[in-house]
Amino acid sequence: MSTRSPVLQILLPALTGALVIAVWYGIHFYLDPEMRFLLPTPGAVLRALADNADSLRTAAWNTSQGALLGFVLAIAVSFGLAILLSLSPLIRTSLYPYLMALQMTPLPILAPICVIWVGAGLKSVALLTFVIAFFPLVVNTTQGLISTDRNLVELFALYRTSRFQELFLLRVPAALPYFFTGLRIAATIAPIGAVVADMNAGSSAGDGGGLGFQAVIYSSQAKYPALFATAAITCVLGFILNAIVLTLAWFALHRWHDSYERTDR
Amino acid sequence: MSASPLVEFRDVTKRFGAGPLVLDRISFTAVPGEFISLIGPSGCGKSTLLRLIAGLSPISGGELRVEGGTPQDAASDLAFVFQEPTLLPWLSVARNVEVPQQLRGVPAAERAATRERVLNLVRLVEKAPAFPRQLSGGQKMRVSFARALALQPKILLLDEPFGALDEMTREHLNEELLAIRQQEAWTAFFVTHSVAEAVFLSSRILVLSPNPGRIHTEITVPLPYPRTEETRLSRAYQDLVANVSRVLRSVEEVAAI
Repeated sequence: MSTRSPVLQILLPALTGALVIAVWYGIHFYLDPEMRFLLPTPGAVLRALADNADSLRTAAWNTSQGALLGFVLAIAVSFGLAILLSLSPLIRTSLYPYLMALQMTPLPILAPICVIWVGAGLKSVALLTFVIAFFPLVVNTTQGLISTDRNLVELFALYRTSRFQELFLLRVPAALPYFFTGLRIAATIAPIGAVVADMNAGSSAGDGGGLGFQAVIYSSQAKYPALFATAAITCVLGFILNAIVLTLAWFALHRWHDSYERTDR
Repeated sequence: MSASPLVEFRDVTKRFGAGPLVLDRISFTAVPGEFISLIGPSGCGKSTLLRLIAGLSPISGGELRVEGGTPQDAASDLAFVFQEPTLLPWLSVARNVEVPQQLRGVPAAERAATRERVLNLVRLVEKAPAFPRQLSGGQKMRVSFARALALQPKILLLDEPFGALDEMTREHLNEELLAIRQQEAWTAFFVTHSVAEAVFLSSRILVLSPNPGRIHTEITVPLPYPRTEETRLSRAYQDLVANVSRVLRSVEEVAAI
């Protein structure tokens, strides 16, 4: 059976999952009864999920909003900045160190600064998600914009095209595969960024808290199954965002890009 | 009577920056309807010569006139076919051949008519919706060729367009190229490494010698057009191939010393 068989595509991860759950139960019951709280059973996690459904739903919604807002902002800003950076090596040399500096500052340190500026809650979470998601996007898109096939650039030069035409009819489409590589990285780290941001700059007022805030509360109340449930929801959010990005990439690239070439033709 | 020159080189020299001379005092004229092949060992500057005509690179000395003016002025009458097909991979074959007109802001209806015309010329109408990656090497080159013809150029510059193709495909495309030329009146400058190809296509062959590039010998090919498969079997053709090969070998031997 080939590795592309749809049966295997589902069967293999399902088998892995079953194995993990078996080992999980094994460890749980191997532990001394008074230590079993360290690893709640999947059943206990599911019960916690049901018991805390309301607060988790609100938290998941708040975190999704922050993550998505920051993600979309990152796409918009990185696209503009990548075009600026692609224009000249001088601009790149001038700006890259500061872009890297922004990326290297840890989120928990940026968070309180962000809170001072825009206040705790959605705005801060979105802004911090933007900061973390934006770097892989701008680096990849810029690389794509400056890696256009030399022959194609020359072809356009031959037709005496304007810089604007060259950018939007040649460089931007040629950069799409690079852009989507950046987007996939960004989609993976954006939900994580949103949760960490929420832990450090989330709103504690009313229903304003997200999953990060909720995790802090559960851990302080020693509600460990609920903590595991929160982790699971964060994972699901990440998977959903990734699925959206993969779908967009498929629509944009599958007809022409070699990475979608079927090997078994 | 002689037609007025379409391309005129007068003591043209070329060097890149402060580097050594690439082309040294090149002088020749081409009249409309000619098919001129440029052949010579690598480093003789034949591709550079093509790029000068295209205005992709400025001359360093002498005078170069295209249609009586500068290459820049003649840009709209020039088309270039590169060694690689250089198609835009994200556009269908149809959209690819429309690119030159799209860049000029030609309306869609007119573009569609052109698309039909040029894809017919290269016999690829049925491939219009396909994407470049679905085509064979020879088909890609034909699309590249169709695109070059979209603006109805007066001068066609071909830089070893069939170099990467197998012998059979190359011979077929050579015949196709000449057949299209019967229908479309353009003057061709053709860079190649293949003597047989140069003789089969050209009305005139310029053999260049390297370091710096100079015109070593000029050979007229008196074989009548249209040329076909039969031409390749004729005694006159084979003698010419032998003759040009001899000249090219002497140039290469000098270059090797």
